[in-house]
Amino acid sequence: MSRRRLAVVSAGLRVPSSTRLLADRIVEATSDELSRRGFEVDLGVVEVREHAHDVVNHLATGFPSESLQAALDLVAGADGLVAVTPIFNASYSGLFKSFFDVLGERTLVDRPVLIAATGGTVRHSLALEHALRPMFSYLRAAVVPTAVFAAPEDWGGGDAQGSLRRRIERAAGELAAEVARREPARPADPYALTATFEQLLSGEGTDQG
Amino acid sequence: MQFGIFTVGDVTPDPTNGRVPSERERIKAMVTIALKAEEVGLDVFATGEHHNPPFVPSSPTTMLGYIAARTSRLILSTATTLITTNDPVKIAEDYAMLQHLADGRVDLMLGRGNTGPVYPWFGQDIRNAIPLTFHNYDLLRRLWREDVVDWQGRFRAPLQSFTSTPRPLDGVPPFVWHGAIRSPEVAELAAYYGDGFFANHIFWPKEHTQRMVELYRTRFAHYGHGSPEQAIVGLGGQVFMRKNSQDAVREFRPYFDNAPVYGHGPSLEEFTARTPLTVGSPQQVIDRTLTFREYVGDYQRQLFLVDHAGLPLKTVLEQLDILGEEVVPVLRREFDALRPAHVPDAPTHASLKAARDAAAAGGSDPDARPAGGATAGVGNR
Repeated sequence: MSRRRLAVVSAGLRVPSSTRLLADRIVEATSDELSRRGFEVDLGVVEVREHAHDVVNHLATGFPSESLQAALDLVAGADGLVAVTPIFNASYSGLFKSFFDVLGERTLVDRPVLIAATGGTVRHSLALEHALRPMFSYLRAAVVPTAVFAAPEDWGGGDAQGSLRRRIERAAGELAAEVARREPARPADPYALTATFEQLLSGEGTDQG
Repeated sequence: MQFGIFTVGDVTPDPTNGRVPSERERIKAMVTIALKAEEVGLDVFATGEHHNPPFVPSSPTTMLGYIAARTSRLILSTATTLITTNDPVKIAEDYAMLQHLADGRVDLMLGRGNTGPVYPWFGQDIRNAIPLTFHNYDLLRRLWREDVVDWQGRFRAPLQSFTSTPRPLDGVPPFVWHGAIRSPEVAELAAYYGDGFFANHIFWPKEHTQRMVELYRTRFAHYGHGSPEQAIVGLGGQVFMRKNSQDAVREFRPYFDNAPVYGHGPSLEEFTARTPLTVGSPQQVIDRTLTFREYVGDYQRQLFLVDHAGLPLKTVLEQLDILGEEVVPVLRREFDALRPAHVPDAPTHASLKAARDAAAAGGSDPDARPAGGATAGVGNR
């Protein structure tokens, strides 16, 4: 059976965290869908809070700690990514952004990504569209169309709960489909030569964009 | 094995008293440090090149020429010469001139610098950093090796019937190290020509340096300059020493905590664990430095950064005394004992000249590129 790896980046700050709760439900739905499609799923979770100091240290000094490197490698090696942040001041949290700032700029190229967020009011929901989606578009990720926002009332009963579940299932289905139709991810080797000497001398083979 | 120091040439306030040296003081201090390096028995002094404050060394050959006149043994080098934004014609001229004045005690390390705006200030584009490196170095090599050059390329005006003067001393161009932090293409460039590769090392974990050096060694062998362990490798490192390690840590901590390049990120302890920075006793520096060969192999040049983080000149000179008296003699002995016979020393003007003369006597072309056979890198230049 073919294997695929899912990674979760969850930037909640409290324990227990509603951000992590949302991430878990999304990844569970995605795993179920991939299983139905005949894949075995490996799951890795990055709680960004656990790397908070290391992320800032990486920004300050230019290299990651060993545990942060392991977290970055986990994301780089994933076939699909679920990225979930609390909404602060109408955008992703600074820590969430900083984590992706220290991830190599080309790591997520053509990588399926599902974006999701939690917030204190449903009126924050479009932050997913004006903050998260453009960032992942810049990174040239394949962001699935459905983004999932969970407001406090979504954790309650009644129709709201059903609505969150349906959004999760729709988004998870989209992510699973994107993962399923791709070959397993092969993270780029930063030490690999991608051009011959002659190409380098002639100025070809280097990305000048 | 060669031991020396490299300086960035930064003007950094002393965080313990807020004192900021003037540019004149800093420039004179760099000269004093270089003279001291020779006095205590070190082999190499290398200066940075920068074109923006708070750095002073914009004109390396002016400084190195002055130091050459006041030293007799010290090898004068750079860390690094900007191959991207300097005109290769001017590099060819300046360093050949310096060779004559310094009787051949000259090599240089090419690099790309660390400040984005330097590119536009010199009419270039940072996104061309790698093509500029390859292009400009190709021209630089030709200017040193061909008496008359016709040349046309992307990044400077064409040359017709151009002769770079003075010609390199004895017809032997200065040895070139290619410095890199993270560009595998630079390891490839150094390997292709059989030049030296200098891994900056100082702000990066050892796993990173190991991979870069491994790439260079593999490609050096691929291009026929010798076996991988015969490639010419240099490493940076930074130290602060006192007789007792606790004293070293106590004295250096405020400098570490506030220095622009170190401070406000990882703690001193985290930083020393992950990078070559060693703060402690001379014995600790000896032990740590000896571990470098465990992940890069036997190497030819070790440069220490000692005038960092705003340390006062007096302290830096004390560091050089400790290096010269207690650390380097032991390191020389230990590294020499560990190094197999087929691993060459770093090339010098004398060894390059001898290799050239031997090759000429044997009828082979010392500049053939890539060279065949399994001779050492020195012989293939």
